[in-house]
Amino acid sequence: MRFAVTEQDTALAEAAGEVLAKQAGAEQIRAGWPGGRTESVDAVWRTLAGVGVTGALVPENADALTLGPSPGPGLGLGLDENALPPLMEMLGRSGLPVPAAEIVAVGAPLLAAAGAPQLPSVLEGSALLTVSLAPDAPVPFGARADLIAVPHGDGLRLYSREEVETEPVDSVDCSRRLARVHAPAGGGLLLAEGPAELAAAYGRGVLATAALLLGLAGRMLELTLAHVRERHQFGVPVGSFQAVKHALADVELAVRFARPAVLAAGWAQAAGDPETAVRTSMAKVLASEAARKAARTAIQCHGAMGYTTEYDLHLYAKRAWALAADWGGPAQHREFIARRLGLAGGRTVQEATEESRANGGAAAGPGIVSEGAGT
Amino acid sequence: MDLTWSAEEEAFRQEARAWLAANVPANPLPSGDTRAGFAAHLEWERALFEARWSVVSWPEAYGGRDASLWQWLVFEDEYHRAGAPARVTQNGIFLLAPTVFAFGTEEQQRRILPRMAAAEDLWAQGWSEPGAGSDLAAIRSRAVRDEGAGGWRLTGQKTWTTRGAFCTHLFGLFRTDPEAERHRGLTYFLVPLDAPGVTVRGFERLDGDEGFAEVFLDDVLVPDADVLGGVGEGWRVAMATTGSERGLTLRSPGRFLHTADRLLDLARAKGPGAHRDRVVQSWIEAQAYELFTLEQVTSIVEGRQVGAESSLNKLFWSQLDIALHETAAELLGPEAEVDGPWSRGFLFSLAGPIYAGTNEIQRNIVAERLLGLPRR
Repeated sequence: MRFAVTEQDTALAEAAGEVLAKQAGAEQIRAGWPGGRTESVDAVWRTLAGVGVTGALVPENADALTLGPSPGPGLGLGLDENALPPLMEMLGRSGLPVPAAEIVAVGAPLLAAAGAPQLPSVLEGSALLTVSLAPDAPVPFGARADLIAVPHGDGLRLYSREEVETEPVDSVDCSRRLARVHAPAGGGLLLAEGPAELAAAYGRGVLATAALLLGLAGRMLELTLAHVRERHQFGVPVGSFQAVKHALADVELAVRFARPAVLAAGWAQAAGDPETAVRTSMAKVLASEAARKAARTAIQCHGAMGYTTEYDLHLYAKRAWALAADWGGPAQHREFIARRLGLAGGRTVQEATEESRANGGAAAGPGIVSEGAGT
Repeated sequence: MDLTWSAEEEAFRQEARAWLAANVPANPLPSGDTRAGFAAHLEWERALFEARWSVVSWPEAYGGRDASLWQWLVFEDEYHRAGAPARVTQNGIFLLAPTVFAFGTEEQQRRILPRMAAAEDLWAQGWSEPGAGSDLAAIRSRAVRDEGAGGWRLTGQKTWTTRGAFCTHLFGLFRTDPEAERHRGLTYFLVPLDAPGVTVRGFERLDGDEGFAEVFLDDVLVPDADVLGGVGEGWRVAMATTGSERGLTLRSPGRFLHTADRLLDLARAKGPGAHRDRVVQSWIEAQAYELFTLEQVTSIVEGRQVGAESSLNKLFWSQLDIALHETAAELLGPEAEVDGPWSRGFLFSLAGPIYAGTNEIQRNIVAERLLGLPRR
C-alpha cells in the first residue's frame, strides 16, 4: 500500500507546468475565446506536445507499430493511467482551451492501438483531435478540430473534418467550440469496438476530466484567496470575515477529498482493479461537485467583480460548469454506481449485469460506458 | 501508487477477522454510555485485551502487537465490519495514550499504559469547562504548587466529560500560572477520580444516556509524577492530542464504511429507487474518507507531519456521519422515530460537529493555517 503519486508521474506534470507557466498566461487563455486567435493556443499545445504530453499514454514504440519498422525515435512516453491525474490537474489549472482529456487520455492511445496514420500529427500537436463517446451529444471542439472521433455503427470511428457535417452550438464556455457532428454511413477508421474497449476509453476520458476539474477548482480557489486578502471592506480584509473563511474552507475540503478519489481511479485503471468503473464514476462525482462548489463560492467571494467577463475568474468557472456536465454529470455517475451496488429498480447486481450483457453492454451507463466492462 | 495490501497485512486481516467472528457478542451490547452498558462493554474490552487486540499498534511490552499503522487500519476496518461494540476506553487509548507515548516519562509509560490497555484504569478527558469549550485556552481550573506536600492542589470544574461518571481517572489541563498569556501557564495533569476532594455528578445527554459528567475538584492533591510533559507545557502537549482526536486515531474509516454498508442494506430492503441519489452520495463519501485516510497514512509512514489537515478529517467525518444517518431516516420513513440503532446513531452523529473542537473552529483553522487567510 502506498497512496502517493510516483516521481515518474509527477515529472511529466511538472514539465507541462513549466511550459504552461511560461506560455499560457491570460492572453493565451483569452485567445481561445471568441474574438481571439487560436493560433497562440495551438502554439502552446505544440510546445506541450514537445515535452510528451500528447503521447503520455502512447506506447514507446508506437511509431514502429503505426508506420512500420522505422529508425525514428519512439513517439510515446509509455506511461499508464497513473500519470493522468497529476498531468490533467496541471492542464486544468491553466485553463488552456484545448481538448486535453480527449487527446491525451482517449484519442492518442486509441490511434496508437489502431495503427492510425494520423497518430504522428496528433502527437506533434499539429492536428487537433477531439472525441465524444456520448451518442448525439455536442462534441467539444467539434467546430475546430481536424480529426473527430464519434460513436457510429459498430463502435467509435475516426473522421477527418471534411468527412463529417458539423453544426456549431453555443456553449456556456465559448472556448469549447461545441458542434453537433453528423457522420455519414461508411467511412472513417474504426478506433474501438466492443463493450470492454469502449468502456476503457470512456473511463480514461472520465478520469482525465475529473482531474481537469480538480485543477480548475484549485485555480479558482487561489484566485479567490488572493482577492479576499487584498480586498478591504469595513476597514479590514474581506478574507478575515468568518463567513468568507468558512465558505472557502468548505471548497478546500471538497477539493482535498476529491483528489484521492481521482488518484485511486487512475490506479484502478492502470492496475485493472475489479472496481475500476465504480472508482472512476466516484472520482467524477466528487470532482464535479468540488469544481461547482469552487465556482459558485469564488464568484460569491469576488462580489460583483466575479460577475463580469473583464475579470479572469469566469474563464475557469465556465470551463468547470462545462466539464462537470461532460463525460457524465454527477447524477448520471451516481445512477451508474447505484446499479452496480444493486440499488436499481429492485434488480440485484447480477440481474443488472445480465441485462447489460443481453444489451451488448453498450449505452448502459453514463455516456457509452458498459456495465460489463472493467469488471 | 499501489492500493493493494501486502501478504503480511492480508494475513493480519484474516487473523483479526477469524477472532472477531468467533468472539464478537452475538447481540448488541446495551449503550456503553449507561452504567449497566459500561460494565458489559468492559467485559468485552477485557476479552479483547486477553487476545491482544485492544491496542494492536502499541509495543508488545505494553499489551500490544507492535502493529504498523497499515495493520492498525486493517484491524479497525475488520472491527467495524464485524459489528463489534464501540470502545468505551477510547478516550484513554486514542487520546491520552499517544500523548503519554510522546511526552510521558518512562516511569509514566510503564505505570499508565499496561493498565489502560487491560481496561483496568478507565480514562476520561477533562478539558471542557463551563466557560471553555472549543476555546480551550480560556480554562480557569487551576493548580497551585504545594511545596510541603510535594505536588499540586487542583481546584475547579470540568464538564461534558464523556463517561466521566464511570471512569477511574481524568486527564486534563489546569492553569498553573495565572499571570501568563492564555496559551501559556497551562499544565497537563493526570488525576485519579477517587482522590479526596473530587466530586463527580453524571447528567443526561441529548440521546438520554447518562454519559456526561461534571467533575468538581476542591483542593485535590496531585503529585509531581502525574504532571504530563512538564509544567507550563500543557497547551503544546494538548495540541498533540487534539490532532489525534480530530483525525485518524479516533475516526478510522472503518466505522463509516460499515455504516455505509448498513445504509446500502437498508436501501436494498426498501426497494427500487428509494432516495437512491442520497444513498449513493453518502456511500461515495464514505469511500472518499477511506481514500483520504490512506493518503494521510502514507504521508505519516513516509515521515511527513499531519498538522492542520486533521481539521479536514474532522469536518468531513462529522458531516458524513450526519448525512449517513439522515439518509437512513429518509429511507425509514415513519420508522425513523423508533428507538433503535439508526435513531441512536443519528443522535450521536449530532455531537460530531461539536466535540473535539466545533466545526466552526475547524473551518477557521483550515482557512487560517491551510489557506493563509488573515486572523482578523
